[in-house]
Amino acid sequence: MTPVLELRNITKRFPGVLANDHITLTLEEGEIHALLGENGAGKTTLMNILYGLYKPDEGEIYVRGKRVDIHTPSDAIDLGIGMVHQHFMLVPVMTVTENIMLGAESTRFGPFLDRREAAQRIRELSKRYGLEVDPDAYIKDLPVGVQQRVEILKLLYRKADILILDEPTAVLTPQEVEELFEVIRSLVDQGNSVIFISHKLKEVMTIADRITVLRRGRVVGTTKPAETNEEELAAMMVGRAVSLTVEKPPAKPGDVILSIEDLHVLDERGEPAVRGVSLEVRAGEIVGIAGVQGNGQTELVEAVTGLRPPLRGRIRIKGVDTTWANPRRFFEQGAAHVPEDRQRDGLVLSYPVRDNLVLNTYYREPFAIGFRVQENAIEQNALRLVQEFDIRTPSIYTPVANLSGGNQQKVIVAREFSRPIDLLVASQPTRGLDVGSIEYIHRRLVEKRDQGCAVLLVSSELDEIMALSDRIAVMYEGRIMDILPAEKATREQLGLLMAGIRPETTDDVEVA
Amino acid sequence: MTAQQTTANPTAQQPSPQPAAQPSRWRAFLNALLLPVLAIVTALVLSSVFIIISDTELLALWRDFLAAPGVALAASWEKLREAYRALFTGGIGDPKLIWEGLRTWIETGDSTLLINSLEALDRTLVYSTPYIFAGLAVALGFRCGLFNIGAEGQLFVGALASAYVGYSITGLPMIIHLPLALAAGAAAGGAWAAIAGVLKAYTGAHEVVTTIMLNYVAFRLSDFLLTGPMKRSGFNPVSPPVEESAWLPKLAPDPLRFHAGFFVALLAAYFVYWFLWKTTWGFEIRTVGANPDAARYAGMSIAKNYILAMALSGALAGLAGTNEVLGVNHFMAQAFSSGYGFDSIALALLGKSHPGGVVLASLLWGFLRAGATRMQSAADIPIDIVQIVQGMVIIFVAAPALVRMIWRIKALEEEGETIFTRGWGS
Repeated sequence: MTPVLELRNITKRFPGVLANDHITLTLEEGEIHALLGENGAGKTTLMNILYGLYKPDEGEIYVRGKRVDIHTPSDAIDLGIGMVHQHFMLVPVMTVTENIMLGAESTRFGPFLDRREAAQRIRELSKRYGLEVDPDAYIKDLPVGVQQRVEILKLLYRKADILILDEPTAVLTPQEVEELFEVIRSLVDQGNSVIFISHKLKEVMTIADRITVLRRGRVVGTTKPAETNEEELAAMMVGRAVSLTVEKPPAKPGDVILSIEDLHVLDERGEPAVRGVSLEVRAGEIVGIAGVQGNGQTELVEAVTGLRPPLRGRIRIKGVDTTWANPRRFFEQGAAHVPEDRQRDGLVLSYPVRDNLVLNTYYREPFAIGFRVQENAIEQNALRLVQEFDIRTPSIYTPVANLSGGNQQKVIVAREFSRPIDLLVASQPTRGLDVGSIEYIHRRLVEKRDQGCAVLLVSSELDEIMALSDRIAVMYEGRIMDILPAEKATREQLGLLMAGIRPETTDDVEVA
Repeated sequence: MTAQQTTANPTAQQPSPQPAAQPSRWRAFLNALLLPVLAIVTALVLSSVFIIISDTELLALWRDFLAAPGVALAASWEKLREAYRALFTGGIGDPKLIWEGLRTWIETGDSTLLINSLEALDRTLVYSTPYIFAGLAVALGFRCGLFNIGAEGQLFVGALASAYVGYSITGLPMIIHLPLALAAGAAAGGAWAAIAGVLKAYTGAHEVVTTIMLNYVAFRLSDFLLTGPMKRSGFNPVSPPVEESAWLPKLAPDPLRFHAGFFVALLAAYFVYWFLWKTTWGFEIRTVGANPDAARYAGMSIAKNYILAMALSGALAGLAGTNEVLGVNHFMAQAFSSGYGFDSIALALLGKSHPGGVVLASLLWGFLRAGATRMQSAADIPIDIVQIVQGMVIIFVAAPALVRMIWRIKALEEEGETIFTRGWGS
């Protein structure tokens, strides 16, 4: 049988980088083909070539056995190729129907939009594939999981039957992931073919029929879930053996370092985001905060680290009241903060590595004497940390904007971990990083814990929380649903708590 | 294991696996200079077109281009040569005359010729001085992410204050009076700009709006003071003359006007460089300008830095006005500034918000202004052509992609990205 899609010897060079090196890939009809690789392995470049956003330097593309040239995304769509991007391309103030019609408007009497006909087609499609969506709902009111369905519907509406899903699970809860997998299965059951891009091994093992692993722009191998295991895939991805489980000795909790009492915090729009959180973190333990994004974790961290004044409640670090402390006072209590959005808050991208490594200590000796900057000390510090934390950079004068995500995060980790600290607040510390960097940062976090540091870890990756935490607090709608000892917590239990459901009662908790 | 094998992350763009040394300062300097220089050249070439069409006789020749192409081309070439020669001799001087003057002076001790031949250079330097101060003012604001459009108003306020201190206090020795007058000008400009800084820091009022509005207040304040409280007796709305003890000392014999203000400006440029890159205050200001979120995360006070940067920016603008009062006019008049404060925005852009760049840009502006007069008198070219040159230089500097396209040069990696200001909403 001819494959629906075949890529032969695709090569793409960027100045100084070989992004795709003779990649060959086939997609059979009705197949879910996973493309696995670390960030920067060339997955996205390859898909952008397929979607007409880049022109390959060499190689050929065949769709249903026919050689094609794809110059623009509309060429791709005409060939039945559709792509759901990692970041959704939806207009929040428009309805589902309007978003789906956008660019493929059905009209009657000339320029007049025929919303009714479109809505009808959308209903049919959503019934056929089990993609439940209200065509008249506004995008801004929909949860992320549903927005993703809209993106998929958009492709089906344009009659795409080769679907590319770029990291589709990054923003979903475990339950939503399950639902997405159901949808993907029903898509292929009805004759569509799917390329599933991911760097998450578990998901790929669950959903894929075949798996192709990319590393540094090359195909390392193609295999089937039945013929491999996670360790092997990880090793293929990274190019060496990787330990997936985090080795950590039992925790030896000491004194309470961070104590939060009945904390209330408002979000940007003045709505309550944290509603009465109480929590303690002891020296030598990692407390993980699990939860779907947007349930008050961000605001909680901002309040603790001094970036957002709380409404009421109390925060104490080592007994010192820091409820209304600013970030500087927070740091001076011997605390460190790895921020959620590293490029926005944690780094000045235009600054060299050297300056980013003293971003919050620049005013202290030895980096400054009085008001005079001590460049020698700053450079010595940078050289030492680049070595010690294995930051891959051409030089300490390189702007961090030119570093990879993993190395940018290492800059932050190096800066925050190299100070003597008793409390570490780490928010999404491995978001968007490759396996190698994740492994590295996990090891450093556990190391800090073992040195007696209290660690508050916030992550929307449940695996990460489960692997690292000694205790797990689940946040839902600004409250802590429950705090569980890590060894007793199961995925299912946490997943339910994350959705606001207490396992005992199975009632939706809607306490006023 | 080698470094390559342990690379966990293949995305790191590593031209070389070895940590390279700091890129040579010279190369960085030349790279930074490349685009502005090409922008200037492009602007001069394009301005030639305007020089040709502004001349009716030439235009008539071009109409008969098909009949006599050589005539039109030759005449245009002659005109342009004349124009740019006038620009050069007007801004820098005639090298032959300078040489002649130098020889006469050395041989006979008679300096008249030399002094006359240096008049053009003198004009350029005297014109450049307020540009340097005002350009530094805007550049410093840019570094903090602030768009200080109010340099002109701050310049007026600074000039008023220094004039007041200059004429109202008498009997002081120069060593006290001059610094006092300079300080008054700087302080007044700084305080004026700080109003916009405070409004921005505590109410979020956009500095573009507030500084523009403060400009009007400053202009009318100056009108009021010069027609009332600060008016000297007589018909004209000008202040009394400044005491000689507050003058910026003249450093060249008459009729040259070169005075110590130029060196004060260079000193100010060095100060701004030192302040921004060698002090923790400067580090904070630059961080707030580059990424306010990260600055807040790092424990810096954004409000404090906005006010500080605005005040310093205003002080520099105030010194621009002070320089004109104490160094050139020796009194304050309503129309004493020919838009230095507005041109300064262009200078900060052209100088890439770097003190060294601002000095070079200011010298260019001073040169163009000095040369323009000569272009008009010697080559009969409207003085406005120079404004077209200036405008086009700015367009090309603001659109580097355009210059790269024209000259077919590739974007350099790590090209000095300069933060001007963030968008309107911020």
